[in-house]
Amino acid sequence: MKIVHPLIKYVRPGFLSTTNCAGCGNGIIAQSILRAVDELEMDIDDFVFVSGIGCAAWIPSPFFNADVLHTTHGRPIAFATGVKLSNPKLRVMVVSGDGDLVAIGGNHFIHAARRNIDLTVICANNGIYGMTGGQVGPTTPSGLKTATTPYGNLERPFDLPNLAKAAGAVYVARWTTYHARQLTKSIKRAVQKKGFSFIEVISQCPVQFGRRTGAGNAVTMMQNYKKNSVSIKKVDKLKENELKGKIIVGEFIDREEPELCEEIAKMRERIG
Amino acid sequence: MIEINEELCKGCGLCVAFCPKDVLKMSNKLTKKGIHPPEVINEKDCTLCGNCMLYCPDLAIVIGKEEKIV
Ligand SMILES: Cc1ncc(C[n+]2csc(CCOP(=O)(O)OP(=O)(O)O)c2C)c(N)n1
Ligand code: SF4
Ligand code: SF4
Ligand code: SF4
Ligand SMILES: [Mg+2]
Repeated sequence: MKIVHPLIKYVRPGFLSTTNCAGCGNGIIAQSILRAVDELEMDIDDFVFVSGIGCAAWIPSPFFNADVLHTTHGRPIAFATGVKLSNPKLRVMVVSGDGDLVAIGGNHFIHAARRNIDLTVICANNGIYGMTGGQVGPTTPSGLKTATTPYGNLERPFDLPNLAKAAGAVYVARWTTYHARQLTKSIKRAVQKKGFSFIEVISQCPVQFGRRTGAGNAVTMMQNYKKNSVSIKKVDKLKENELKGKIIVGEFIDREEPELCEEIAKMRERIG
Repeated sequence: MIEINEELCKGCGLCVAFCPKDVLKMSNKLTKKGIHPPEVINEKDCTLCGNCMLYCPDLAIVIGKEEKIV
């Protein structure tokens, strides 16, 4: 007897096969988002998923059987801001890559966080421009040999959770694809949170990252995420050298601040 | 019960690597897509922990209690 995958009901008919290479972390992130929607018992039709350009932008589009806005490179947060302001009842989730959200889209990212507009932003961070051939990006680890840094990356990567926190986000978390269960829980929290929520997911690109930089295949990369992750709750007890090469995972902040759409509604009432 | 959808499977091996009970193994069989899907070799040890399903990037593996026909 056949058992049906519990998440198939959220997949657009005819688009069952993902666009990803074998073992790509994007599929695990896609599933974590759908599982969160399912566990929250929310109607996926109340969501609008917004993505930019890159492999990660294909996580919701056209895979999710929901309203999906596949926009231009770097601009999903700008489009999402427009969607949310025009109809604040919609739950707006941005799902895109590190290059899209924090390289070309970096300004939209910090300013949406500063405005504290009610968006959930999920960044699939594979540390590279996957789609275009594995070029270095602002999230690539220092020293790494990529397609465009054959002698090693001379720059330092952004620390995305701390960037989002400093810019004003009210909920911030980081997980890896190995932490798919914790990630699902975090997405649920982020969706329910009023304000700008940001989740970074460290995710394997076995093809443009793994193969080129020597990080290995999908299995090796995920086993290393498991081995090298440290909970944020334990960070204070560790010395700086013990944190070298570690991925700090967990919730970085969960706070309450006035949210933009609600403040606009209040202003409307005030001025009549 | 474990079901593998060979049309969706891309042969990445994540399900095999993260199964704590060695229930799965990559097979020698070639699918239409030209990949080796996993096969179930030891179903009795499966605890239905869900790891294989959780880590499959392609929704290609499903576990569940077998529904009884009454
Ligand atoms: C304006 C513009 N500049 C450059 C590109 C080329 N381009 C396409 S995807 C991409 C990088 C995507 O990187 P990321 O967001 O990390 O996605 P990934 O493929 O790694 O998931 C670039 C530079 C483009 N499509 N549009
Ligand atoms: S190139 Fe990398 S990020 Fe893009 S689909 Fe393939 S594995 Fe995933
Ligand atoms: S449910 Fe758990 S024990 Fe069973 S096959 Fe999957 S990973 Fe292995
Ligand atoms: S994790 Fe999924 S795609 Fe990868 S080998 Fe297992 S069933 Fe196939
Ligand atoms: Mg990327």
